[in-house]
Amino acid sequence: MGAPHGHRLHFHGHSPIHRAPAHLKVAALVGFMLVVVATPLSWLPAFATYAAVLAVLVALSGVPASYLARRMVIETPVLVFAVVLPWVASGPRVELGVLTVSEPGLAAAAALVVKATFGVLASLLLAATTDPRELLAGLERLRVPAQLVQIMGFMVRYLEVVTDELGRMRTARESRGFSARDPRHWPVLGRSVGALFIRSFERGERVHLAMVSRGYDPGARR
Amino acid sequence: MHVPDGFLDAPTSLATAGVAAAAVALALRGARRELDDRVAPLAGIIATFVFAGQMINFPVAGGTSGHLLGGAMTTVLVGPFTGLLCMTVVIVVQSLLFADGGITALGTNVVLMGVVAVVTAHLVFLAAQVLLPKRVSMVAPAAALAALASVATSAATFVLLYSVGGVVPIPFDTLLTAMLGVHLLIGAGEAVITFVVVAGIMGVRPDLVRGARGVLVSRELETRMVAA
Repeated sequence: MGAPHGHRLHFHGHSPIHRAPAHLKVAALVGFMLVVVATPLSWLPAFATYAAVLAVLVALSGVPASYLARRMVIETPVLVFAVVLPWVASGPRVELGVLTVSEPGLAAAAALVVKATFGVLASLLLAATTDPRELLAGLERLRVPAQLVQIMGFMVRYLEVVTDELGRMRTARESRGFSARDPRHWPVLGRSVGALFIRSFERGERVHLAMVSRGYDPGARR
Repeated sequence: MHVPDGFLDAPTSLATAGVAAAAVALALRGARRELDDRVAPLAGIIATFVFAGQMINFPVAGGTSGHLLGGAMTTVLVGPFTGLLCMTVVIVVQSLLFADGGITALGTNVVLMGVVAVVTAHLVFLAAQVLLPKRVSMVAPAAALAALASVATSAATFVLLYSVGGVVPIPFDTLLTAMLGVHLLIGAGEAVITFVVVAGIMGVRPDLVRGARGVLVSRELETRMVAA
């Protein structure tokens, strides 16, 4: 890793949120979301407060709202589920224009959308303002087992290497005129996944040997 | 498949987090037996492989596509303990760096896609290996069965968790039928992909597939004098 660069969601900046210690940010995210999840939907002022807190934090972080908004698409499956909920839930029915839906289902769908949106926004803010290496150090300070943090550290470092490898394989497939359209093409894609595993495993072994030959001791603290 | 924030109530989320933490602690010990001192570097890159593998879209029809979940595949390839560690790390990184899956649902997601998927896959794979003929060609079918079972059990476990800590009253039978119906389809796709992937690796580097150790013939290197 040469020049400083974060992962795809990282938004470089120097705001107070960027500079806050990572372990505090993770702890705050978990605490905040536990409170949000535990809040009953009827407490509307509480949700207004949560929204205000998030808005202030986003403004303070200097991350453009459009940057976060574009990444909110990750929430789409939740929204689809929320649309289905009022129809499958039981309980008293309520008229909604021409449709009749379950009242508790409707309330729950609203709660789900609000809480999940807060969750995605808060997580996005953490990801956008925290460098992956700081995040790992923060997790270690939060007493996450060192070995798990190490594995995550390798994953964060390998992320671009492996996804680039995947990209090169796709380029190679497409330059041979291949494009996947239906399940008949699965064997080709499946073999690509297999090849990716073999290449990843061999790369892991090579890197491990290189590390050992340079004095790597897995038991030692970094 | 990732459970978002606000889907299950706080006590259920905390309880599943406890279960997940205990299982991961167990896996950290077990993985040392599977990978010795190579645990961190190799588990790290295999986790990355799982993450990347989930990004490949397998087109179904009419513009829809599915992707691999990878629990069973990882278990067969690297063993249950390392497999669980890899799945856990993937889910944590997806939640913290990509906002995929709620932070309070982290324990739930690790239990569903990690613990339940890996344990089911491992047990079904072992059972299939006992029942099927002991041949190299049977590793991929056994892995496919494990994939189908792991997706179905994960879905059923989700319904169970939901009946305990769900926030919406949905009749248990309705939810179970709907979830199992959808996930049997997803599981069938997962089984086919797992079959193709494992069969592909078995054809090239069967020595890398941990689940194939029992059926691979170990061939000693022989040097012989050939009489002239």
